[in-house]
Amino acid sequence: MTTILEVKNLSKRYPSGLQALNDVSLSIERGEILALLGPNGAGKTTLISIICGLVNPGSGSVSVDGYDVVRDYRKTRSKIGLVPQELSINMFDTVWNTLRFSRGVFGKPANDDYLEEVLRSLTLWDKRDEQLQSLSGGMKRRVLIAKALAHEPEILFLDEPTAGVDVELRRDMWRLIAKLRSQGVTIILTTHYIEEAEEIADRISIIRGGEIVLTENKDQLMKQLGKKQLILHLQTPVTSLPPEFDDFEIDYDAAAQRLTYTYDSNSQKNRVTEVLGALNRADIMLSDVRTEQTSLEQIFVNLVEARA
Amino acid sequence: MNWYAIKAIYLSELARTWRTPMQSIASPVLSTSLYFIVFGSAIGSAMASIDGISYGAFIVPGLIMLMVLTESTSNSSFGIYMPKWSGAIYEILSAPVSAFEIVVGYVGAAASKSLILGVIILLTARVFVDYSIMHPFWMVLFLFLTAVTFSLLGFIIGVMADGFERLQAIPLMVVTPLAFLGGTFYSISMLPDFWQKVTLFNPVVYLVSGFRWSFYGVADVSIVWSLVMICSFLALFLVIIWWVFRTGYKVKV
Ligand SMILES: Nc1ncnc2c1ncn2[C@@H]1O[C@H](COP(=O)(O)OP(=O)(O)O)[C@@H](O)[C@H]1O
Ligand SMILES: [Mg+2]
Repeated sequence: MTTILEVKNLSKRYPSGLQALNDVSLSIERGEILALLGPNGAGKTTLISIICGLVNPGSGSVSVDGYDVVRDYRKTRSKIGLVPQELSINMFDTVWNTLRFSRGVFGKPANDDYLEEVLRSLTLWDKRDEQLQSLSGGMKRRVLIAKALAHEPEILFLDEPTAGVDVELRRDMWRLIAKLRSQGVTIILTTHYIEEAEEIADRISIIRGGEIVLTENKDQLMKQLGKKQLILHLQTPVTSLPPEFDDFEIDYDAAAQRLTYTYDSNSQKNRVTEVLGALNRADIMLSDVRTEQTSLEQIFVNLVEARA
Repeated sequence: MNWYAIKAIYLSELARTWRTPMQSIASPVLSTSLYFIVFGSAIGSAMASIDGISYGAFIVPGLIMLMVLTESTSNSSFGIYMPKWSGAIYEILSAPVSAFEIVVGYVGAAASKSLILGVIILLTARVFVDYSIMHPFWMVLFLFLTAVTFSLLGFIIGVMADGFERLQAIPLMVVTPLAFLGGTFYSISMLPDFWQKVTLFNPVVYLVSGFRWSFYGVADVSIVWSLVMICSFLALFLVIIWWVFRTGYKVKV
């Protein structure tokens, strides 16, 4: 594994005085998908903008494939494709012309075959002669992706790619991301949708208030912080649980006749058997049993609350 | 040097012209034609000739200059302001292009457009009045320098403007009046003494005078001064642009 993007101790204060990033460090491997997950205003767009050259860095450094984004900006920027958060396009251009423009501006000689392939993969080929203003919002977003891919970048940044898009486009986009990854493209996407990060990322960085709270392999994150719950529905209500149960981490909801035992899914020392045994001894009959794994969402909420 | 980027910007800016031929070409040609008809043919026939040149022919260089000045400024300011306004500028800012290449692309396209327009107007003028060109090389040089200089000015205005109103304020409130008072319709020697002196502070006087000299060999101010002035403006605007990019003024924070 080689590092393709290295952010070191990056801080950024806007002229307004707002500290948007505070000592952010992040290292990204070639070919991985990293989700930058955080609430609105966390600094996701600022971080991406500095890497891509849209915003001047404050202190710290950013290097792409070993090149500094300020000093060697030509080298770093030609490796990067950016799909911005906003639908920022020249509405009077045609799809085809705007793509050719993107490729040219990024310093690549024309290659119409490649552009055709990009347009086809985004089901935009039939729209190639249409003006952007005549396209739907979803189609415009596809055009932005096509533009970002026009110069065959090694790293693709997607800033909130699925915010406000329909389910179909979201699925398409996830498929496309998977395909790009199989071609070796490194992908960094920002999102405030946890399911999105959970669905497609290899690693997840959680950013909040301009600071990276944690960066972790997704599966590991789920495992490390993943709590499991055993949910038991009682056949007949009991007014209170026998004192024996005080020993366990158990919630009892009398109205719903529901017992919830929370445990660590990784730990071999969980006490599921003991809980069931205790129920048996107390002659409490069950009508239903199920387990739930905490989602990233809960992990995220826990983390954010813990630091608030 | 990222030649592909320069070409991409240049061609896409020119394409903008062909997308709106009425606004980009027909309307300036029409309005100058009206000047030629009214001042050249109608009023001009009743006017005395100036410096031995018929009035209709006298105003040809000035009118072309007027058009090239205003079109260069507004075209160029619009060209860079639009992507700023729509947000599409993100792409250029994130591309491996230098400030110099961006300026060459945008300013080159705007200057080309107004040069083409200047030539079209020159040919149109032929329909209305008879003129001659004594120094074709100098004529082309003046036209070229003016187109580039004022496209640079337009670029600066477009970068600094933070609204459509501001965008149009300088071309409308500064460039057009200066161009009108720059000796397009009269020789400054026709003005009272005091106003002749004041007029010398108007940079457009030097452009129109030099340009007219390339046609008829007569000038209000010396041709050397005309060249010095146009080159000074060129240099001044280049310095301002350099400063704008150095500080990231209103483009990058
Ligand atoms: N150009 C700017 N000038 C001043 N403050 C800004 C600017 N851009 C963003 N901010 C502020 O910086 C913070 C981080 O913004 P942003 O990076 O857009 O967050 P996110 O993309 O995570 O929603 C926010 O508080 C935002 O208001
Ligand atoms: Mg954002």
